[in-house]
Amino acid sequence: MARTSVKQSRFGEYGGQYVPETLMPAILELEKVYAKVRHDPSFQKEFQDCLRQYVGRPTPLYFAKQLTRRLGGAKIYLKREDLCHTGAHKINNTVGQALLTKRMKKRRVIAETGAGQHGVAVATIAAMFGLEAEVYMGTEDMARQALNVFRMRLLGATVTGVDAGSRTLKDAISEAMRDWTTNVRTTHYLLGSVLGAHPYPMMIRDFQSVIGREARRQIMAAEGTLPHCLVACVGGGSNSIGLFYPFIKDTRTQMVGVEAGGMGLTSGKHAARFAGGVPGVLHGTMTYLLQDRHGQISSTHSVSAGLDYPAVGPEHAMHHDSGRVQYTSATDQEALEAFDLLSQEEGIIPALESAHAVAEVVKRAPTMKKNQILIMNLSGRGDKDVDQVAQMRGIQF
Amino acid sequence: MIAAPSNRITATFARLRRQGEKALIPYIMAGDPSLAETETLVVALEKAGADLIELGVPFSDPIADGPVIQKAAERALRTGTSLRGILQSVKSLRTRTQVPLILMTYYNTIMAMGDRAFCDAAVRAGVDGVIIPDMPPEEADSLQRASAEKGPCLIFLLAPTSTTARKAEVIKRTSGFIYYVSITGITGAKLRDRDSIKRNVRAIQKKAGKPVAVGFGIATPDDARQIAAFSDGVIVGSALVRKIEELQHSTDLVTEISRFTAELKAALSDSC
Repeated sequence: MARTSVKQSRFGEYGGQYVPETLMPAILELEKVYAKVRHDPSFQKEFQDCLRQYVGRPTPLYFAKQLTRRLGGAKIYLKREDLCHTGAHKINNTVGQALLTKRMKKRRVIAETGAGQHGVAVATIAAMFGLEAEVYMGTEDMARQALNVFRMRLLGATVTGVDAGSRTLKDAISEAMRDWTTNVRTTHYLLGSVLGAHPYPMMIRDFQSVIGREARRQIMAAEGTLPHCLVACVGGGSNSIGLFYPFIKDTRTQMVGVEAGGMGLTSGKHAARFAGGVPGVLHGTMTYLLQDRHGQISSTHSVSAGLDYPAVGPEHAMHHDSGRVQYTSATDQEALEAFDLLSQEEGIIPALESAHAVAEVVKRAPTMKKNQILIMNLSGRGDKDVDQVAQMRGIQF
Repeated sequence: MIAAPSNRITATFARLRRQGEKALIPYIMAGDPSLAETETLVVALEKAGADLIELGVPFSDPIADGPVIQKAAERALRTGTSLRGILQSVKSLRTRTQVPLILMTYYNTIMAMGDRAFCDAAVRAGVDGVIIPDMPPEEADSLQRASAEKGPCLIFLLAPTSTTARKAEVIKRTSGFIYYVSITGITGAKLRDRDSIKRNVRAIQKKAGKPVAVGFGIATPDDARQIAAFSDGVIVGSALVRKIEELQHSTDLVTEISRFTAELKAALSDSC
């Protein structure tokens, strides 16, 4: 069979293409089309133009002076993905995939969303490119992210609630895959993170790598040296791999991925795949999964809908095993404290997802020297979470 | 790649061919409503005319299944059904029946056990074949090596979207039979465009030299009759599972399921 080598579809032993036969031809077509445009200057120019003019790139690399002084250690820089159009890094990938959808002559895109940020980015880009969009979202997530549901509908997308299983991101992905299986000839599945079957994890990492490329250039301009440490939160893992990838060969730059520790690792109510997961196959890819000994996928918990998922991108699984990236976690409580801290020290309300990275910075920066540099990816803004946090504090509007 | 040794599946299709009959392959979810009832149902299905039987292994995230089978999996998981438990049931069934038994399972439940351990345990229990909806040929090498010597048969799927090259690859790798998915969609969807199903099945049969059974969307005796007219067998899943759902608390469960199975078998006999 016209098979790309096994190696190409994998990161070490992770990744692959575990999807139903009905979808395989579409996956292989995507692989072929993406291979063609990956080094095509006209596609790359179109992508870069759109990122500049529509998304608002490059995003600033902001020196967080107050936070640095408060924590009393490393110089802390924030990569301001929260300043992207729609308020999170998610839009970078949707621009790339929307351009691909056009090249494949498909008119309809479908997507899953957890926190709603990817769904909003898809609805936005679909409106701009004139594509029909349907977004699947767990009904539990719809309840905690009602504002984003309204935004998606305002942008003209159909939002379909998923009432199966845990009613969160995992079930939304399953339902999107079922839609794709049914409408594969006309529809592109615009997956939002570095998950799923090859080529998705590689392609989405490429689209998000703009984050790390900019950060690398910006820190060299500002400090004349590479950072000592990079910190980012890891749900599926697209904002983190986007920051990390352009630094992977800089062996002196440490990298830290922060998973959702939920109510604590011993509580069983978390989404820290590297703290309790073992390799398995879910949603098309082989990677670390939270599962029981029979291979049934576990329910996860996080205050942040965007990190509340039992699998992690396969490239992260490889970096975990090799030790290139260190993975840790922050609890709901730590993330909520970090949410307040960044708001009050820097006047920046972070997304609850990104607040997990802030929580790690709070622990790590004080242990570093004052001349060391830390870059944290502020992957999204927290406006969407204000309502949820207020409710948790018993405040009614 | 070497196909697994022939077993009850191959023997059954050969016998049906000699008798000029088509295979009726009912699908039920193991453990729905309980494994004890699954065992009773398997025996009853065979008695009512099932030629081979598919046992679904419940999985928490069944991406190829529609709502009927999703809910059945949830019911089975709630009562603690596991792959190991199902293999125990198969083992106990083998003292009562020699009907070919095929597991339909997502890959993660196999991977959790280990490819080699799964194949050994499945064959020892008396499982004849395995269908894995999320394992295309691209990802099958490891399991195929583990099953090559003693089985079970790995039954691959083809779909309306499969290209010529993919058909050739599946034909080469599959053992027992080829599972043709009638529609681009998930289990329990509505059957459409019978002519194109017929064209595809005929084309595969011509190249395959192996039986081709058709599944997805076959819900009534009439559907079964029409599809059996040009295939080697039909798989009926969601329609049967829905009846089990309706009758799960009823004393008529076994009688009613047997009656429906007998109707399907009678329809197949008409088609020959």
